Amino acid sequence: MKPPPFDYHAARSVSEALELLGRYAEDARLLAGGQSLVPMLNFRLATPRVLIDLNRVGELAYIREENGWLRLGAMTRQRAIEFSPLVKERIPLLVEALGYVGHLPTRTRGTIGGSVAHADPSAECPALVCALGGELVIRGAGGERVVGAADFFQDFFTTALQPGELLVEVRLPVMPARSGWAFEEFARRHGDFAIVEVAAQVTLDERGGCRAARVAAAGVGATPLRLRAVEQIVERGGGAGAVVAQAAARAAELVDPAGDHHASADYRRHLTEVLTRRALSRAFAGVERSK
Amino acid sequence: MSDTADSEIASGGGRAAQAATGATRKWVGQPLRRSEDPRLLAGRGTFVADLPFHNVCQAAILRSPYAHARIKAIDAGEALKMPGVVGVVTGADALAMTRPFGVGVRAPIKYYCMATDKARFVGEPVAVVVAQDRYLAEDALDRIQVEYEPLPAVVDPEAALAPEAALLHEAVGSNLACHRHIVYGDVERAFREADVVISESFRFPKYGSTPIETYGVVASFESATGVLTVTSNFMGPFILHPITARALNLPENRLRFIVPPDIGGSFGIKTSIYPYIALIGLAAMKLKVAVKWIEDRREHLLASSSGTDRVAYRELAARKDGTILAMRSRWYDNVGGYIRSPEPGCAFRPIGNWVGAYRFQNLEADAYVVMTNKSLTGPNRGYACGHLYFEIERMVDLLAEKLEMDPAEVRRRNFIQSDQFPYRTPSGGLYDSGDYPAAFAKALELAHYDELKREREKARAEGRLFGIGVAAAVDPSVSNMGYVTVALDPQDRARPQYLPKSGALEAASIRLDPLGKLTVILGSTPQGQGHQTIVAQIVADEFGVSPDDVTVVDEMDTFTRVWGISSGTYSSRFGSVGTSAAALAARKLKEKLVAYASYLMEVPPEALGVVDGAVREKSGGRGLTLKELAGRAHWNTESLPRGMEAGLEATAVFSFPEAKAPDHQDRVNSSNTYGFIAEVMAVEVDPETAAIKILRYVTVHDAGQIINPAIVEGQIYGGALHGLGGALYEEMLYDEQGQCLVGSFMDYLVPTASEAVKIDIGHIATSSPFTTLGAKGLGESSSMTVPAVLANAVSDALRPLGVRIRELPITPSRLWHLMETARRGRP
Amino acid sequence: MAQVRPISLTVNGVTRQALVEPRRLLVDFLRDDLGLTGTHVGCEHGICGACTILFNGEAARSCLMLAVQAEGAEITTVEGLGSSDGKLHPLQEAFWEHHALQCGFCTPGMLIVALDFLRTNPDPTEEEIREGLSAVLCRCTGYQPIIEAVKAAAARLR
Repeated sequence: MKPPPFDYHAARSVSEALELLGRYAEDARLLAGGQSLVPMLNFRLATPRVLIDLNRVGELAYIREENGWLRLGAMTRQRAIEFSPLVKERIPLLVEALGYVGHLPTRTRGTIGGSVAHADPSAECPALVCALGGELVIRGAGGERVVGAADFFQDFFTTALQPGELLVEVRLPVMPARSGWAFEEFARRHGDFAIVEVAAQVTLDERGGCRAARVAAAGVGATPLRLRAVEQIVERGGGAGAVVAQAAARAAELVDPAGDHHASADYRRHLTEVLTRRALSRAFAGVERSK
Repeated sequence: MSDTADSEIASGGGRAAQAATGATRKWVGQPLRRSEDPRLLAGRGTFVADLPFHNVCQAAILRSPYAHARIKAIDAGEALKMPGVVGVVTGADALAMTRPFGVGVRAPIKYYCMATDKARFVGEPVAVVVAQDRYLAEDALDRIQVEYEPLPAVVDPEAALAPEAALLHEAVGSNLACHRHIVYGDVERAFREADVVISESFRFPKYGSTPIETYGVVASFESATGVLTVTSNFMGPFILHPITARALNLPENRLRFIVPPDIGGSFGIKTSIYPYIALIGLAAMKLKVAVKWIEDRREHLLASSSGTDRVAYRELAARKDGTILAMRSRWYDNVGGYIRSPEPGCAFRPIGNWVGAYRFQNLEADAYVVMTNKSLTGPNRGYACGHLYFEIERMVDLLAEKLEMDPAEVRRRNFIQSDQFPYRTPSGGLYDSGDYPAAFAKALELAHYDELKREREKARAEGRLFGIGVAAAVDPSVSNMGYVTVALDPQDRARPQYLPKSGALEAASIRLDPLGKLTVILGSTPQGQGHQTIVAQIVADEFGVSPDDVTVVDEMDTFTRVWGISSGTYSSRFGSVGTSAAALAARKLKEKLVAYASYLMEVPPEALGVVDGAVREKSGGRGLTLKELAGRAHWNTESLPRGMEAGLEATAVFSFPEAKAPDHQDRVNSSNTYGFIAEVMAVEVDPETAAIKILRYVTVHDAGQIINPAIVEGQIYGGALHGLGGALYEEMLYDEQGQCLVGSFMDYLVPTASEAVKIDIGHIATSSPFTTLGAKGLGESSSMTVPAVLANAVSDALRPLGVRIRELPITPSRLWHLMETARRGRP
Repeated sequence: MAQVRPISLTVNGVTRQALVEPRRLLVDFLRDDLGLTGTHVGCEHGICGACTILFNGEAARSCLMLAVQAEGAEITTVEGLGSSDGKLHPLQEAFWEHHALQCGFCTPGMLIVALDFLRTNPDPTEEEIREGLSAVLCRCTGYQPIIEAVKAAAARLR
């Protein structure tokens, strides 16, 4: 299990990375944290001629707050986000979700942008971006464009990124006041990709009604799935047990999972309901406590 | 935490032996820190991949992507042109230079070290590239062109016996490698007279204990001497050394096996490295270079070794008071594409303990060993006992359910009693010692069984799925290699030209160095069991010195060590047979030292004893220290009495007298010491996700005299987690076409610290009368009971739904489907 | 074949310079080129954790990094944990006392992960320890003695 031969370039800046991408086109792969790509190289499932390493692009590693959004440079390490006091205060759901991403030593290297761009349908970061309605900033030779999460994740390991383009930033809306959150994951072992996971964040209005809900599930299809119809049920009906149960039942109807040797399709669908209910219940209970 | 404070060291063989030799026990029984550890903790272990070799080339292996395919042509031309490539080995070389491995069944199976005509499982070696380094060797693999003709595959052991099933070995004519139908006692009558009969079917998964260190082999051939030297993390040599020598057309004294100081775990799996020893040896012989091959994880999961998957059918006959009268069993063990020695041990290794801990005398076994297009099998921790106790202990629970009795009570009524030892089982096992009711009672007590039952009632009333499981097992160790010959019919074994097989021995040598310190040389190949520490404890007590004064060497080298073809570190051997050999060697040397001192001091030997590092008058008077004796004997041989052999060393070979060949009724004492395990587990099943939470797990062991409780408990913790892996997580899954679905650690799920269970350990000790120190092996320990106790606990938790566990691993998805089906089926 | 590259890095406090092919895995570089065989290879896809090292002070899988990526980095391997006079680190001592290793193959990775974990969480609960250690697979110990050792080391290191 040794990587095939490739040529290697360590880009120092975004412009250099884009220049290299332009030069090598389809022959090149971008190397971010390497926690998915290097295994694929070792198994020789990926055989790029050129590897463009982004790990020395310092300008892509940052965490900033701006106008109600957190802006995370694509090469920001998952570990840095996990231990960031700013993120913990502004988007605690992200910190909770990161606890499920592999293990601390893989989060040392793994990046938010790498995980989002890799778009594993069971991964936590894409699900989170999807749940919160994040935005992905993409740069290419022709300039910069911003794509919403709903349009970004297109299929298994397939995103809106075009050849020659680079994901440079992940933007997530800061959690509003009077909010609660929960990330529920069911995996065979700690640190595994999920069988099913559900991310939920709810925000109450001053009278205790549900002003906004954000719910997404992953492990249940080709991409993470924002469950808008589920959100609407609790936005209309609030966080009472019966409403949450109804919303959870709706979640199971919305997903169309495939079965594999870890779990059958029916079981994944069933888990979607259970985890949606648990996530929403915990999210609503969290608001109560935080008041 | 564990319960060592509670442990009782019973009198018996151990203490009697102690009196006979005059050794006081200061170190034996202590949880001494291991002398192996500082090296390993500092990163200075020496594992096979760490060894520096000069001018060694690296091998990579091309493996079949098909489960079943005819190999029509191999073109290595492009590969040979690649930079750094030294050469390529293919099946044609194997045919020309090697022979098929011997195996103990009559079916004419040709198993070579690589595919020669057909590939019969995914991952079977098809070609070997040898290059300057591993990267280049893997590059060259991609350039080898193999023309395959894919053939239909079969993966299920029952389906493989159907007449229309794909045939793996044309010369055999079917996929049956071996079949034995054996009856002990009067089973027909027992079933006729029974009040109740229970039947159930079971599926046990294919899993392997996947050591974190993979296989590694370095081979070099010296044409001038004709010696092939192989350094590998093999846990033999035992019978597999002669088998490998024969396959390579080498006399045994031209095949040298060396095992480095450290092996990164094995759990039986590294028994099955020997076909790779032959393969890499073949490459070294053909290409005339030293060749190193370090298996990677994908190779390990696809094509190293695992236990068998088994389909089993059992029937139990009992009286209505719970007395078991008989059991019938029919099973199909799936050994994969070829039967590989020591298989069919999967079917017969526990033959002597087929009745488990129970007194019933009537037993019928109908054993089919079947070949399918899966990877090959071999010993895996608990070798066949995980299968056995999963089935037996579920059957006993089903009996309890049927009779509406407490499962603990049913077991108590059937246990072999403490005054029955040594106990001869109907299938020929000779259980050396034990007190099963006492050990079982201790487990119930540690688990607060009655309290758990009250908790269960309360939980059930609340609609929670809370369950309690119990299990009991006889833990065999030191297999008598004769057991494998039960694979042959008694008529075959009765032929005049047939040589019976039996044996279980181990050797140790000891010497007193010229400056008065002790060195012990073992023939074992530890994989983390702490042999150096244990032997230092034993020898320190024998001589009344500190363990620091004893150096223990355990690096196997078949050219220099004393060994026999049952030697090696497998079948939980060391605790019984290795420790016995070490103690015997020490005693032999002591005898010589006493004789020498007696001569020097002019005191009769009976008046002398070895204490505190000296040979001393028992009256407490004069003595000579080991250093003084060594100083005289080594430096002035003239001081030796006339007729005494010079040199202060002794070698002892310990052999079990009860290791005999099977008799004409297929009775055989398949192991030599038999420990006991009693367990209680409480679980709760999440009614929504079907996740299983283990709330309490108690295991009580009787391993006779314990030498180092920390090491013993380490074995129990580790064994239990292997059992848990097989029961809940690990399965070498294949699809219908024979494609392996678990080629990485992303898919083959090894439990982590988060999944590990907290274990409460208890001990009782009934010393073995057959070992020098009264100790028994327990290396496999709870690996064989966890599948049983967990299945019982989960079945108990789901009793309100009527779900019974008959298949492992109990994955959440599978369990949820069982629960759903039961819920839907309810009125 | 791709050209070899010069790299310069610090390993266990010593500056090392070497020429490496871009595809060379960091773990192979440490073991085979520098002779630091304490770091082990168990799966080469980032799951087993036997190859874990401290990379600029933080635990990382050396099988999932290229040696060229270590240019300028500071690396600590298991060989660098004890003091230069051969004394074991308190964590290593705790492993020894609690019989937290058997074959010793996962131990280097386990030590590195535990050390990094305790730096981020000096006073962990048992469940947090389990979660932290789940980054390394051990097949011998059943983890229980390792968990006890890490508990003891945490108290000693606080």
